[in-house]
Amino acid sequence: MSDFTLKIRRYDPESGEPAFWHEYPVDLPPERSVLDGILQIKDREDASLAIRCSCRAAICGSCGVRINGKSALACNTRISDAARRAGPGKPIVVEPMGNMPVLKDLIVDMDAVHWKKIMRVVPWLLPAGEPPEREYTVPAEAMIDVTQSMACIQCGVCVSACLSLEVDPQFVGPAALAKAYRFVGDPRDGQTEERLRDLAEDPHGIYDCTHCFACIEVCPKDVAPMSQIMRLRRRATGDFEIKDSNNGYGHERGFVNIIERWGTLHEAQVLPRSFGEGSFVKGQVKPSAVKQLAETLPTALRGLRSGKVTPKKVIVHPKLPDQARVRKVMHTIESKPRLELNLYIVGDNSGEEQGAMAEGSQEL
Amino acid sequence: MKLAYWPGCVSRGFTPELHGSMHLVAPKLGLELVELDRANCCGAGVIAEHNQEMADTLNARTFALAQKVDGAAGMMNICSTCQGAQSECQERLDADSGYREHVNSHLSEEGLSYERDGEWWNKNFLWLLVEEIGLDKLSEKVVRPLEGLRIAPFYGCYIVRPTKRLGYEGHPNRDKYLDFVIEILGAESVEYAGSHKCCGFPVITMNRATSLRQAGRHLADALDAGADCLVTPCPLCHLNLDMQQPDAAKFVERDLDVPVLHLPQMVGLALGFEPKELGMDKHVVKTSDVQRKVAELAAA
Ligand code: SF4
Ligand code: SF4
Ligand code: FES
Repeated sequence: MSDFTLKIRRYDPESGEPAFWHEYPVDLPPERSVLDGILQIKDREDASLAIRCSCRAAICGSCGVRINGKSALACNTRISDAARRAGPGKPIVVEPMGNMPVLKDLIVDMDAVHWKKIMRVVPWLLPAGEPPEREYTVPAEAMIDVTQSMACIQCGVCVSACLSLEVDPQFVGPAALAKAYRFVGDPRDGQTEERLRDLAEDPHGIYDCTHCFACIEVCPKDVAPMSQIMRLRRRATGDFEIKDSNNGYGHERGFVNIIERWGTLHEAQVLPRSFGEGSFVKGQVKPSAVKQLAETLPTALRGLRSGKVTPKKVIVHPKLPDQARVRKVMHTIESKPRLELNLYIVGDNSGEEQGAMAEGSQEL
Repeated sequence: MKLAYWPGCVSRGFTPELHGSMHLVAPKLGLELVELDRANCCGAGVIAEHNQEMADTLNARTFALAQKVDGAAGMMNICSTCQGAQSECQERLDADSGYREHVNSHLSEEGLSYERDGEWWNKNFLWLLVEEIGLDKLSEKVVRPLEGLRIAPFYGCYIVRPTKRLGYEGHPNRDKYLDFVIEILGAESVEYAGSHKCCGFPVITMNRATSLRQAGRHLADALDAGADCLVTPCPLCHLNLDMQQPDAAKFVERDLDVPVLHLPQMVGLALGFEPKELGMDKHVVKTSDVQRKVAELAAA
């Protein structure tokens, strides 16, 4: 048995008191979980401490909290690990998940945020045409790509950690977008393009993700929501050429076109191309592009004034000595069916096996 | 120590003071930099967003060029984003010999090939400072301890997450290195909410509000915690935190005006270089207060 201290954020709206912190001693073997610690406090110290839990085995997805600031399942976090991360002599800090309103103590309102967002993406299959006589069938390989998003247990831990949500509460968010990919990637679904168009056009959709990896880091089931969002983007731009009004398409195409032409990033061209669906010329003449460019003018002027950006740098950018080769490699890859690569099936990279990585392609 | 050096695009583009200051401090730290001047952009995650095989191949090309540098201990980058984008590709390349062979076949015409080798590494300057040079050695080189300066670390997402891909198993303190370096140089590391959060740069063209609210909030938090300046190992973070700061201030509706240093600039100050040499006049947010404090140190 070892002694641990849990410092828990308490809040009871009915008491009329503001939230407060309270420290509790816990006596548990080191291999037990933070949830076990919380349940011991409920048992020995204060039965009114509120937490949701059921399976205690990272299956039901109900015990999401923040431990020392990091979003996690309480049942899936070893209490000794949490103590080590808290630092010597410091208590393990446990607070409710972020980005969602607190109902009581460690319980947040999942309905108000998480489930609302899940419903936003129409989380069921929308098959096209007449239903078949028997069940819908699908080749096993075609499901490789969506297996990872299917592993989600709806715990909301990624929603709690999401850094775009922190500043934009309307962002559809990691769990819901991973769920969207589960149906976009399903060959039985008949609304693939409509789903993608909807999420690409929504200013709080797939292009509102700031690529921060927080969801990948915290997800207890390795769903890697951000990777699913990148899949959604690839399908939207690559397979359906959806030219969204958030510049998602333009930014991606513009960037790739710049590397294809120069080999390194010609930064002065990124904005015009992003606003102009990837094209530098369009970025100068399309009315919406001109308006957006004008809005960024103060930034450009600041750059020039500071001396870090010179007029010459804006106009000329050196090509790589071997640019012809870089371009050829890019063309070769562009001209064949795109591979969707997935390390999830094998789990990690320790294998070094031939064929360890699952390769799907959009042509399945 | 001889190194294959990948400066990245931005350090030679809109943040030339980063590339310049790195070149200045390298010899003092005993680093011989062999610049990979034929290497291409890492893709910053955007090329992978377009086509993973393309990103993997372009970075395999860079790794192959680095592996050809005779006598190099490894490869060094000075951009968190390069580190993250390249590590992601390396993870896929290392996972599967068949895939690696396939990717290398695209490079064979150039006589290039990336070989998986447990000994070979690609490290950000921050990691290299702590793991290859060592904090003790670094502290011996300090001629101007940055006493009295309160510096807020800003890591950049790409070198802190995901920990599994970024080698945290072997180096569990990588998310504290910037704090370590600040302290060993004699300054005080400021604790604040935003140190490991996102600068917002990746969505600056897609959602300006989401992007600049992030930058603004972290700058404000650092300021409220009493920071004289921030320091970052990522030039893209620098673009959002420094170049865009006047706009970010509007999104959080307050004055900010807090300078942001590049990692080699901060190291350079402690090694005795003058702010001007380190390009500190080429920032959007004036670094004059920091410069004044440094000048006082020199006088003392
Ligand atoms: S990567 Fe995107 S979805 Fe994931 S936590 Fe960051 S902003 Fe949110
Ligand atoms: S993606 Fe992961 S973290 Fe997010 S709700 Fe699903 S299981 Fe939980
Ligand atoms: S109690 Fe079920 S996931 Fe933790």
